[in-house]
Amino acid sequence: MSIAMPAPDEGTLAKRDRIIAAMQAIVPGEGVITQADALRPWESDGLTAYRQPPMLVVLPETVEQVSAVLRWCHGEGVKVVPRGSGTSLSGGALPLADAVLLGMGKFKRVLDVDYEDRVAVVQPGVTNLAITQAVEARGFYYAPDPSSQIACSIGGNVAENSGGVHCLKYGLTTNNVLGVELVLMDGEVVRLGGRHLDPAGLDLLGVVVGSEGLLGVVTEVTVRILPKPETARAVLVGFPDAESAGACVAQVIAEGIIPAGMEMMDRPAIHAAEAFVQVGYPLDVGALLIVEVDGPAAECDHLIGEIARIADHNGATTTRVSQDEAERMAFWAGRKAAFPAVGRISPDYYCMDGTIPRRQLPHVLRRMEELSAHHGLGVANVFHAGDGNLHPLILYDANVPGELDRAEEFGNDILRLCVEVGGVLTGEHGVGIEKRDLMPVMFGEEDLKQQQRVKCAFDPDLLLNPGKVFPTLHRCAELGRMHVHHGALPFPELPRF
Amino acid sequence: MLAPRDAQDLRAIIADAAASGRKLELRGGGTKADFGAPREAEIVSLTALSGVVDYDPAELVLTVRPGTPLAEIEALVAGEGQMLAFEPWGDAAATIGGTVAAGVAGSRRVTAGSARDHLLGLTAVSGRGEVFVAGAKVVKNVTGYDLPKLLAGSWGRLAAMTELTLKVLPAPRVTTTLAAHGLSPRAAHAAMACALGSNADVSAAAHLKRGITLLRVAGFAPSVEARCAALAGLLSDHCSLSLLDEAAAAPLWAEAMTGHKLAGAVGWRIHLPPRHAPALVETLEPLGIDWAMDWGGGRLWVALDNAGPDVRMLAAQAGGEATLVRADAPTRGRIPAFPPRPAGVAALETRVARAFDPTGVFATTRFAEDAHADQLSA
Ligand SMILES: Cc1cc2nc3c(=O)[nH]c(=O)nc-3n(C[C@H](O)[C@H](O)[C@@H](O)COP(=O)(O)OP(=O)(O)OC[C@H]3O[C@@H](n4cnc5c(N)ncnc54)[C@H](O)[C@@H]3O)c2cc1C
Ligand SMILES: Cc1cc2nc3c(=O)[nH]c(=O)nc-3n(C[C@H](O)[C@H](O)[C@H](O)COP(=O)(O)OP(=O)(O)OC[C@H]3O[C@@H](n4cnc5c(N)ncnc54)[C@H](O)[C@@H]3O)c2cc1C
Repeated sequence: MSIAMPAPDEGTLAKRDRIIAAMQAIVPGEGVITQADALRPWESDGLTAYRQPPMLVVLPETVEQVSAVLRWCHGEGVKVVPRGSGTSLSGGALPLADAVLLGMGKFKRVLDVDYEDRVAVVQPGVTNLAITQAVEARGFYYAPDPSSQIACSIGGNVAENSGGVHCLKYGLTTNNVLGVELVLMDGEVVRLGGRHLDPAGLDLLGVVVGSEGLLGVVTEVTVRILPKPETARAVLVGFPDAESAGACVAQVIAEGIIPAGMEMMDRPAIHAAEAFVQVGYPLDVGALLIVEVDGPAAECDHLIGEIARIADHNGATTTRVSQDEAERMAFWAGRKAAFPAVGRISPDYYCMDGTIPRRQLPHVLRRMEELSAHHGLGVANVFHAGDGNLHPLILYDANVPGELDRAEEFGNDILRLCVEVGGVLTGEHGVGIEKRDLMPVMFGEEDLKQQQRVKCAFDPDLLLNPGKVFPTLHRCAELGRMHVHHGALPFPELPRF
Repeated sequence: MLAPRDAQDLRAIIADAAASGRKLELRGGGTKADFGAPREAEIVSLTALSGVVDYDPAELVLTVRPGTPLAEIEALVAGEGQMLAFEPWGDAAATIGGTVAAGVAGSRRVTAGSARDHLLGLTAVSGRGEVFVAGAKVVKNVTGYDLPKLLAGSWGRLAAMTELTLKVLPAPRVTTTLAAHGLSPRAAHAAMACALGSNADVSAAAHLKRGITLLRVAGFAPSVEARCAALAGLLSDHCSLSLLDEAAAAPLWAEAMTGHKLAGAVGWRIHLPPRHAPALVETLEPLGIDWAMDWGGGRLWVALDNAGPDVRMLAAQAGGEATLVRADAPTRGRIPAFPPRPAGVAALETRVARAFDPTGVFATTRFAEDAHADQLSA
């Protein structure tokens, strides 16, 4: 529990009753939650080590209400934390003691589906999976598929720029969103993008996606939907070690194949998953790859053959090709259940999310073993192998004093390692509070200030989701100041023509 | 014209301009100099900031300096069987920096994304004269704001990129074009929508005014063969498809992708919901307008002899946006390059621009959006 949140503002806490009255005037009925016991379920998101009951919860139903809530809070200097389904693994939706928690769960409608132009317009509280369910009867789906897709909201996906096992081929949220309606902290409603590609002007939509609820509240999302591939097939390959599995991944890509999904699990993760779902994973291997291809049957057959050949070439010890849909789903069942499976072998686990250049995998795994010994905590690895996105699951027991802190230290060491080898702190879960204080490992002061200046363009009073993403809160006036460097002679030595 | 030798020179130039209130125009190959209103600004040529910094085909990542010729990069990645998937295009002088800053994308954009989707990271000098990095050099990253998205398509209005990291992808082994002949715009659009909405994985779809419809099918040979066969069946109600050899297809795609062959002194590029493309074409055609449809109707190039009919207004009525891409200087002085945005969005955009360039070093009169930057408090 090493991450501190900004101290609550006493002035805000003192006027809580007035804030409640104002919110109730905007969102009538059940939409404002104020009782201590009713606030408890809202006290954390998917990063459950951190808990903080919100000052109050507001559950608006219309964009007008969202706008009015934000406008009022802006006028009164009250902070607001947006929340979708609360599955964030980085604490992005962690409430603040002196902030309104703005839950978007009532925005549940699919507003329009245009099959001809292949877009769907949905409200932000619609779950990721519900978008696919709304269009699958016509043979379409929404491609980004975070493992949390039955629960997480598309608004949360936009805020986190979420990925999934299929994003190597089909992209992250940002590559699949065409437009949003966004309410700024001062209550202004803007539309960025829409139903066509590449709108004119600065790509504000591009920076809103992945902004972790710091730039505005998303009240509508337009996504691209894709025709469902004719077939999908998967191959399950066992390797003696991660090194040979990694070499196989590199060769698959070098041979021009971008599989729909390419996942790796290490020995502890394989054993945990197999014990949990019994899908027949080989237990005598050091690393397991699941490679999925999709498209016309002719393509799948061809690529599965190629991948089996490449696997063989790299020393695979077992290779199983899915013979039917049930077997393909079984291959995935173990991987998709990896988190809860690890949850069964350890009282608690802490999920990390760094990305590394793939060639660094053997080195990173070796260092991780050393770190595991050093911190005295186990680790299981699942890995989006195609794009180098690593999910080490650190095993700990929160009831043992000091273990949570050690887990966090271990996690921080892993993320520093990721950056050291040329990678990043987070590939899909976001910075939130979890990696906030590590940002200087990856970015210099000027880099972070430039990002914060963009924040100031959207929310100059820093009222929206403060305490997240940025390790240091600079006031916008301070960030805007220019340090004037006067050159005496403007570059006499430069060639001019 | 100033010609910085390296990023340090560039930083010094920009810092000095910021301090002294001078205006700078960043230039790569200068192939787009005739875009936007005439303006007075000192040109900063970035062609000396050239060369490949790092290329790791297995990691799908390429890091280059902005002045590197686009053609050089395309040859380099092609040598490894890879490609820039957004299918950039440009004249021989085009640089990668200018290509990304102009948000250039080809016909494949409809399925593979634009420059914005393939710019992973960058180093740049802001209008404050300060060096910053954003994004990263790996294909999957959500650490911090996605500033590369803002820089792609920013037309040199925010910062000068000194290094760009791009995602590269394997090039398809086989690329095939299927063509239909004699379709009306409406019938062509319907056929393209059907093809793009099918699981035959069509990577591009375009239609030329003289009645040629193009569908591109790319990938591994057995798959391409199967998908071409499937498409012929799928579209049998719409048209009959014939295989076009690539030598014949390439110039047709170039026409649809760039609109460069269109006759007329005034050229527009319209991005719109594809379903509204046929009606817009039907409105424009009687006015004597030449046109080409790309992205299954989502991009329409139009050209005409004069600034006559209000193409921008007609595009807006079709739910789209028209950008002025070709016109003489007086016309470009009168008609802004980009369509106006609603007041709230325009104001937000200005604030974001000032977050990078508070004194308006890059805010010349080229774009209406920046024309009044001088009146902003520094
Ligand atoms: C008439 C015509 C119309 C065209 N229309 C289109 C079109 O509508 N859509 C399309 O996709 N392509 C279009 N193109 C293609 C385009 O010109 C080229 O593809 C592109 O490569 C420009 O590269 P350049 O190096 O010449 O850029 P330049 O013309 O030198 O620069 C383009 C823009 O990028 C900025 N810039 C350059 N380098 C940097 C840098 N390092 N950092 C920040 N900003 C920088 C410049 O300030 C300028 O605003 C058109 C070309 C022509 C000739
Ligand atoms: C078991 C499990 C598996 C997961 N697997 C994946 C995975 O495979 N890939 C992946 O990328 N992520 C994964 N996640 C993480 C998480 O599901 C995603 O980050 C998801 O997008 C969060 O959505 P949410 O609706 O739960 O958002 P919340 O957790 O409620 O919020 C997340 C962030 O978004 C902001 N936010 C939410 N709604 C809005 C809105 N309408 N407007 C503005 N800001 C908003 C919040 O302020 C917060 O910063 C997983 C999580 C769990 C628990």
